[in-house]
Parts: sequence; structure tokens; C-alpha cells
Amino acid sequence: MTDSRFQTRFWRIALPLLVGVAVLLVWQGAVTAFDVPSFVLPAPTLIAESLVANFGSLMGSLVVTLRVTIAAFLLASIGGVALAILFVQNRAVETALFPYAIILQVTPVVAIAPLILIWVGFDQVELALLILAWIVAFFPVLSNSVLGLRSVDHNLADLFRLYGASRLQTLIELQLPAALPYILAGMKISGGLALIGAVVAEFVAGSGASTGLAWRIVEAGNRLDIPKMFAALFLLSLLGIAIFFLLSLVEYLLLRRWHESVIRREG
Amino acid sequence: MSEATSSPLISLDRVGKTYASGIMALGGVSAEIAQGSFVSLVGPSGCGKSTLLRILAGLISADSGAVAWPATGARPAELGFVFQEATLMPWASVFDNVWLPLKLKGRSREQAHERVMSALSRVSLADFADAFPRELSGGMRMRVSIARALVTEPPLLLMDEPFAALDEFTRETLDDDLLALWHAQAWTVVFVTHSIYEAVYLSQRVLVMGARPGRIVADVKIDAPAERGRDFRESHLYIDQCAAISAKLREAS
Ligand SMILES: Nc1ncnc2c1ncn2[C@@H]1O[C@H](COP(=O)(O)OP(=O)(O)OP(=O)(O)O)[C@@H](O)[C@H]1O
Ligand SMILES: [Mg+2]
Repeated sequence: MTDSRFQTRFWRIALPLLVGVAVLLVWQGAVTAFDVPSFVLPAPTLIAESLVANFGSLMGSLVVTLRVTIAAFLLASIGGVALAILFVQNRAVETALFPYAIILQVTPVVAIAPLILIWVGFDQVELALLILAWIVAFFPVLSNSVLGLRSVDHNLADLFRLYGASRLQTLIELQLPAALPYILAGMKISGGLALIGAVVAEFVAGSGASTGLAWRIVEAGNRLDIPKMFAALFLLSLLGIAIFFLLSLVEYLLLRRWHESVIRREG
Repeated sequence: MSEATSSPLISLDRVGKTYASGIMALGGVSAEIAQGSFVSLVGPSGCGKSTLLRILAGLISADSGAVAWPATGARPAELGFVFQEATLMPWASVFDNVWLPLKLKGRSREQAHERVMSALSRVSLADFADAFPRELSGGMRMRVSIARALVTEPPLLLMDEPFAALDEFTRETLDDDLLALWHAQAWTVVFVTHSIYEAVYLSQRVLVMGARPGRIVADVKIDAPAERGRDFRESHLYIDQCAAISAKLREAS
């Protein structure tokens, strides 16, 4: 039993890694065999070399991107949940504001980026990036939280009424816990979107006023330093994966005792 | 019993309820329920049993007629309600679920500890205080839900088909537990069930309801020994009364 469970877990990690290693080997082999020039497709070893050579500047950029992403994500999560609570408490507020939340969501971030940049000023590019990433990351938390807060079991809601629970008690003891799986699902989407928002916004800002990973990619591209482009790209992917796994872990830890989605079934 | 002399706990006077959908769930129900009595409601599906119970609990209001509480003047502030499903909070442990009614009244975990544990012991679940609802069987969950209703020691217990989803054996065990509790505490119990057998086994009185519109078609006093148990379940007295109520139900529909 435990033995086979260990094996499944082992393969779940080992199999994707093996695929990755195989792809790298084929890539390396093909680039060497066909003599592909490094400005078309650099070999993995060359990318690794570039990563080491530019380690300082790339890490600096990683920190910038990470800072914007995390700040945007946290603000989106807090703002999304807070606004959802407001919507659920008061129908009029929801009716009045929800259309604008949707407008914010459907407007492509690339289209509003220049405007936000001008408003905020090029001397505060990081703030502009933060606002743009926040706009992209905000909606999934909001809509998932609203759905979750409304998905309370009716009988449980009646029970709270029967025992004379106040609105605040109902919110804290019933609505928020019931909504937690939905909120976390929204946050998982937002985590990825915050990173995408931060990167896209930086591409648009583009002037070199900001120094995130996206800027490194643009900069390396302009200089035809393709290995460095790949190195920055690699770090971005790594960042995205790390965010996803971290949020999955949080979700697992918070829900493992009670929610069907993360409970491992016997047999 | 002092039923005839003292004023009843609940007095229903031509209580009617029509839902917004236009369905007339109750068409004038009149009845009196004595303090300390065990009364069952039986009737075909959709005859308004749950609706009546929810009106008694104050979860919805009747739109005609009157619900009065002659013995106490008002609906008891503490009342226990047991739903057909266990209706537990899946994110909270058994202890926390049972603690809920006291917590909402501002009792801390320490202050509530003794009462929560004693309510859990009554349903033989003291050992499962730290378990989560999903780790329990259906019958155990139902017992947690009963413990939660008991923890405030409510003078009035309203139960809506609490054992309907359980197997016959668990159900009979819980029936006996419930009777023992009722004997010990002198509460008033209003018990909704689909099962005529269960109604006769548990109650002092069975109200038989008919549908369309929901109304009471018969009010049957149950004749039983003081101690009910296996013997009563297998007696002629029991079987005959079940048959009589069954006949009344058929007449009504
Ligand atoms: N919330 C509601 N809105 C509209 N109609 C309702 C609602 N609840 C119940 N009804 C209707 O009222 C009638 C009585 O319903 P009720 O739930 O009281 O029946 P019941 O006797 O408890 O049935 P069952 O034994 O199946 O639980 C039914 O016809 C039902 O369709
Ligand atoms: Mg019902």
C-alpha cells in the first residue's frame, strides 16, 4: 500500500524531469549536429553559461519582477476578497460596481498600459507596473470569492439564523470558510496572471526605466544576445512554476482535512 | 400527564402558508402541542411537514392564521433543530461543530468544553471530538448533528426526518437514544418522519397530515408501556396502531 503510494509519488516527480532531461539532450545534440547558429537557437549549455555570466543583472531583474508580481498578487487577493464581501453584504453595491469590475477585466492590459504609464509618470514605472499587474490579477479573486460566499449551504445558513448569529459572525464562521476553496482557486489563477501582467506591462513600458526580467529580454533581443534572452525566459518560467507550486501547497495545507478537492481517496 | 390542565406549549390556529411560487403548502393547520410531549408528524411527501416545522422554528412565517406559545408567552429562545441531512460545517472538527451554538452566544472554547463533551457523550461520540465530519459514517454525522442540537439544552427540539438517510439498525439505535434523552430531560419534541413505524414507536401523539393543501387529517394518541423497547416493537399493540395510522394515511390521499 504505502510502497505503491511512494512509487506513484516518485514517478509523478521523476517522469516530467526525465522528459525535461531528454528534451535538453535532443536539443543539445540537434544544435551541435546541424550546426545551428546560436542567434537562432542557442544550445542549452550556452544558455547556462549566459545565465552564470549575467547572474548578477538577471537576479536583480528577477527581484524587480518578483517584487511587482507579489505586491500585485497580494493587493489583488486582499482587494478581491474585500470587494466580494462588500458585494455579498449589499446587493446595491454589487449592482452598481460589478459592471466596472468586468470592464476592468475585459480591457486588454496592453491597451491601457501607456495611459497608466503617463498618469503615474515614467519616474515611477514600478508603481505603474504594479497597477497594471493588479488590474489583470484582480478579477479572478473577485468573481471566485463572490461565487464562494454565495455557495453557503442553505441549511447551515438557516442554522446560523436560528442561533441568532450576527452578520459578522455569519461572515467569519460560515461564509468565509465555505468560500475558502473558491478564494484559493481564484488566487491560484491570479498568481499566474500577476506575473503575466507584470511582464506584459514591462514590455509596454519598455523604455529601460524599469529593470525587470521582461526588460532584460527586450534588451538582449535588441543586442541579438539570444542566449541571454533564453536565460531570462528560463528564469521567468521558473518563477511562474514556483508561484504555482507555492499556491498549490498553501491550498493543500489549508484544505487537506476537509475539502473533497484535495482529499486522497482510499483504494 | 398534565396535558389537559396546563396550557400547551404550542398552539396553532388555522396556520396557512403559500409560497411565492403559488404553491399552497399549508391550508389551515390547527393543533396544540403540550409541554413535555413527544409529537410526530407523518404524511405523504410534499404535504407541508417541513414547512410546518420551519414555521415553528421561526425560519419562515405563516401568512395566515396564528402560532402562539401559551405556556411560555413566546417561542423559546433556545430551540434545537435537526435537519434531514446532518448539515455540519465540513471545515470544523466534531467538537467545533457542536460548540457552534454556544460560540455564537459568546462562550469560549474553555467555557463550553464541559457542555460540548457531555453532549457528545450522550450520543457516544466523545472519542471523536477531534475528527472531521468527512471522517465519520452517515450515522455518526447525524449523531453529531443531534449533539449540536442538544448542547444548548433546548426545551424544544424540532427534528425533520433526522434518521431518514440511515439504515434500519442505526435508526433503531438512535430512536432508542432519543427516547432515553427525552425521558431524562422532559423536553418537548416535534418529530417529522416518513416512517409510520418510527412515529408510533417514539411518540405520545401522531399527527397525520394530508396533502394539497397540507392539513392535519387525524390526531392519534399512542398507547404504549412506559418503557418502550424491543418488546413494544414486536407487540400487537404496536403493530395494530401502525396499521390504524396507515389506514388513516390511505384515507387522506
Ligand atoms: N422554498 C420553497 N419554495 C416554493 N415552494 C416550496 C418551498 N418549499 C416547499 N415548497 C412546496 O411546498 C410544499 C410542501 O413542502 P414541504 O417541504 O413542507 O413538504 P414535506 O411534507 O416536508 O415533504 P417531504 O416529506 O418530501 O420532505 C411542496 O409542494 C413544495 O413543493
Ligand atoms: Mg420535508
